[in-house]
Amino acid sequence: MASPTKTMAMSATISATISGVITRHGRKLVILIPLIWLAIFFLAPLVEMLQVSFTTARRGVPPYDPLWSLGEDGFSHNFNLENYLLLYDYLPDYLGPTLNSLRLAFFSTLICLFFAYPIAWWIARSDEKMRLILLVLVMLPFWTSSLLRMYALIGLLNPNGFINSALLAIGVIDQPLQMMQTDFSIYMGMLLTYLPLMILPLYASLVRLDDALIEAAADLGARGVEIFRTVVLPHSLPSVLAGCLLVFIPAVGEFVIPALLGGPEQMMLGKVLWTEFFRNRDWPVAAAIAMILLAILTLPIILARYQDGRIDREG
Amino acid sequence: MKKLLSTATVFALASSAALAEGKLNIYNWSDYIAEDTIANFEAETGIDVTYDVYDSNEVLEAKMLAGSSGYDIVVPTADFLARGREAGAYQDMDLSRLANAGNQDAAIQSQADNMLGTKDAGLVYMWGTTGIAYNEKMIQDRLGDDAPTNSWSLVLDPKYASKLEDCGIAILDAPTDVLPNVIAYLGKDGTSTNRKDFEAAGEVLNSVRPHLRYIHSSQSINDMANGDICAAIMWSGDAFQAAYRAEEAENGHVINYVIPDEGTNMWFDVFALPVDAANLDNAYKFVDYMMRPDVAANNVNYVWYASGNEAAKANIDPEILEHPGIYPTDAAAQKLFVIPVYSAKLDRTINRVWSRFSSGS
Repeated sequence: MASPTKTMAMSATISATISGVITRHGRKLVILIPLIWLAIFFLAPLVEMLQVSFTTARRGVPPYDPLWSLGEDGFSHNFNLENYLLLYDYLPDYLGPTLNSLRLAFFSTLICLFFAYPIAWWIARSDEKMRLILLVLVMLPFWTSSLLRMYALIGLLNPNGFINSALLAIGVIDQPLQMMQTDFSIYMGMLLTYLPLMILPLYASLVRLDDALIEAAADLGARGVEIFRTVVLPHSLPSVLAGCLLVFIPAVGEFVIPALLGGPEQMMLGKVLWTEFFRNRDWPVAAAIAMILLAILTLPIILARYQDGRIDREG
Repeated sequence: MKKLLSTATVFALASSAALAEGKLNIYNWSDYIAEDTIANFEAETGIDVTYDVYDSNEVLEAKMLAGSSGYDIVVPTADFLARGREAGAYQDMDLSRLANAGNQDAAIQSQADNMLGTKDAGLVYMWGTTGIAYNEKMIQDRLGDDAPTNSWSLVLDPKYASKLEDCGIAILDAPTDVLPNVIAYLGKDGTSTNRKDFEAAGEVLNSVRPHLRYIHSSQSINDMANGDICAAIMWSGDAFQAAYRAEEAENGHVINYVIPDEGTNMWFDVFALPVDAANLDNAYKFVDYMMRPDVAANNVNYVWYASGNEAAKANIDPEILEHPGIYPTDAAAQKLFVIPVYSAKLDRTINRVWSRFSSGS
């Protein structure tokens, strides 16, 4: 056992060493902490999932065989490609929901962009005090549970809901409109959930747009549409892309919105994944689908980065 | 100083007493227990209960298969319990540790035990059926007196389903609670494990698919109560909940629940002990408490499912005891069947048939 003085001396040396390391490698250390965080909570689960996607399902805890083991007869592995082959064998069953997810996510993104751009523009052009209030208003819905907002939406769109009752009362329609369990209700849910994710990056870029540029364009004879096309749009294009990615990527894998608002026709990937995981109890196949989904989703990011690079070079 | 010391002693004693009684972590279905049961149990035993709920067997199963759930007592449906036991996720229940085990309904318990293939899996908490809930007036308006309200054909025959399309038909999103009943509707054995029977059942469902409003397991409770749908394949207790809500709202909708003449599946929810339950003694105390006739009856009077407890019947509301949808008549009971545990391969077939049906492809 070390004596107290020795221990103190030791800890003093250690802390001196640490502070020395911090001053010499401060910047690297600052990055190290988030890096470790990402490695533990992002990379490790991802690697785990990749690993599970190559295992074989079984009835057990956990419900898949270990990928490798170090037994008495040394290293043995149980590497299994069948989960991916199964996806290929039943391609039509998986392709339909995939295309459906991509379609719904694509149009959700377009709709969000359509509404977000004018709103972001309006906020960016408001005076500074107003801006803060408007931004808070944009973010305010985020402070309530998205589940509650979806249920509020169900209350609005139901056959006996607020909108139908109002329309029936003033005699515009004589049969309730079927709005729930349609593409329309899904788009409404997506818009309600993801609009702030589109507005914020657009706002951040538009607020930095120098009025002088617009005035200069106007002085040179450009009119509204032309100014937008030649000055405003190119300036905001990177954040349009960023906003689109922020909406598109979670929308593709969305499970809750189609489950609550959509009908069964709008079978999306989230539900397919759910079925594999919970109903077939086939975690390996579920993991394989997730890995493929990940591959599909990283594609637009790579494209966007490529696009970004090009804009930088041209700009 | 002396006073301070004695206060400290009292505190120390009190906290050690609480520690001695310990904790209990329960994971049960949502809305599946009387509102005061847990509070009463805590007051009587001094055990600190954490009570969590789930709304599908699948969610419970995923937690059990992942391991280290932290729960001491859970209530899976028998087929899920059987599979979980096979996976090694549950331990046996020692009935000799339960003073009130004798209150159990022997007939019901033995049906569940037969299915589970053991007497040690656990005790049936409640049981129920899958059947048809319908809105009396809406069906009468559209089908008149010929409405086959005692048959699956009300929702499975396009002839009738097409006439109910406008008022709304819903089906449970639970393949193993629907497909076996469609097989029974086709005049075959509901306990079939033949892939072809499931595919034939899928065809029947596909033929009524265009007339369905949605396929969902919990939404139909509210929608049925509000008159947003008029016929649905539902679990018995959910249908009664819908009927009760409509009555409370005084909106004029009368909801009935029937066990179709072709027969239906009966299911059992069973008190079970996860293999790694940390507070085993308290888990036994809780099951024993729940087996008391007055406690069991109080729960039934609240949730409107049939109890696995025979002795509770004396205290159960007569309205519930005499309801053929909850405690079926002998004739109807003859037609009830218990679905077996399917193989992983058949599960995949069933879910594929179901996915194709529900997505309408």
